[in-house]
Amino acid sequence: MKSLQATQNRLAQAQEQIAILEHSAFEHFDPIPFQYKLEESSLYPLRPKEINIFQINIGKMCNQVCKHCHVDAGPDRKEIMDQTTMQQCLDILSAHPQFSIVDLTGGAPEMNPNFRWFVEEIAKLNRHIIVRCNLTILRANKKYYDLPEFYKKHRIEVVSSLPFYNKDRTDRQRGDGVFDDSIAAIKMLNAVGYGHEESSLKLNLVYNPAGAFLPASQTELEREFKQALWNDYQLVFNQLFCITNLPISRYLDWLIQSGNYERYMDKLINAYNPAAAANVMCRNTISVSWDGYLYDCDFNQMLELTLACPSKHISQFNIQQIQNRDIIVGQHCYGCTAGAGSSCGGEVV
Amino acid sequence: MANHYYNSEDLKKFGQVGQFQKEMADKFFAWYGTVFQDSNLSAKEKSIIALAVAHAVQCPYCIEAYTADAYEKGYSEAQMMEAVHVASAIKGGAALVHGVQMMNKAKEIAM
Repeated sequence: MKSLQATQNRLAQAQEQIAILEHSAFEHFDPIPFQYKLEESSLYPLRPKEINIFQINIGKMCNQVCKHCHVDAGPDRKEIMDQTTMQQCLDILSAHPQFSIVDLTGGAPEMNPNFRWFVEEIAKLNRHIIVRCNLTILRANKKYYDLPEFYKKHRIEVVSSLPFYNKDRTDRQRGDGVFDDSIAAIKMLNAVGYGHEESSLKLNLVYNPAGAFLPASQTELEREFKQALWNDYQLVFNQLFCITNLPISRYLDWLIQSGNYERYMDKLINAYNPAAAANVMCRNTISVSWDGYLYDCDFNQMLELTLACPSKHISQFNIQQIQNRDIIVGQHCYGCTAGAGSSCGGEVV
Repeated sequence: MANHYYNSEDLKKFGQVGQFQKEMADKFFAWYGTVFQDSNLSAKEKSIIALAVAHAVQCPYCIEAYTADAYEKGYSEAQMMEAVHVASAIKGGAALVHGVQMMNKAKEIAM
């Protein structure tokens, strides 16, 4: 499997995705605009609360090509953050202690050659660091084998996708062999102390549905994941985050190709929850792209919807402008407001 | 009229059955909602029972609805298929156990 960009799929273009989502090309399908739902909930325009998460996508390069990837990441993607942009991020972090959490994502962030330097510099600023590790990167090459020790040294919270506790469903979404490698990687993390109940080294797993349906209850599924991974592999982890798939990029392509697009959008819209809308992650997060542009969230980043204020790039960063901006919303946002809601930390209500 | 009996789009119209008899429909949907809430059985347990029964009564609308619901309650494909086997075993067993009736009658009327 290759990225949408590599196959010259029209959905590799953000404008094409927005055209489908906002101006449905499907006959007899005229979904309620997300903005109307927010208005009904007295949440429009959506405004930031206290912004404390600085999420940095340090590149689209990845060793996996997952069917649902909203980044359209893969081995053929060469866009990665350079050291100059990383230094700009460090300068902003240094000047703004309100960003207590730095969330590093990708692609596989570890594939950026400056990843370790960047983490070490952020650690000097005494922030809580999250790395969104796809697990298989720990097994991809000898040069990554010591990453668990590196994470441990810098007290990094590791957040890793594992779509299900069995091989079949995981490999269908993330590629052949991913489940076995993921199990081996969790074993490596457990071995250095990650994921144990009393440990301060947190390993949190992420469940997202392998298909056109909503995630299960986080509490129940966490219990089942823990039981299954312990019984079958003697593995431990701390929390399970349930995330809803947003209808963009490769997942949008899959929805359309499989004939599930309208049904899935209906499902998201019918499950709109005002309480979840009030707690969406874009209200306390700033998202930075590999080339330094600023967004409301990683999804708006992939749709190339830069912040609705003059601070559009890290070089123009002005916290007052950012704090006072309106958050850009669209039909894809229904993914974060369905049911118990969805964020990079799982359910929001 | 459509030239086929089942149309998946009709599932969305289920709520409209109240157009012809509102009072009974309202009572049905209120009762239905209560039935599937967490109670002495969890909503998750009820979901897999519903999936099994959907197969026993061979309702394509129910199969569609409760397949998605089973996924959304966190069931694996193997668990879902085992539920279908339970329904099938009961249906098959229900047919076979009537073989006793047949034997009884056969013995009654045969020399």
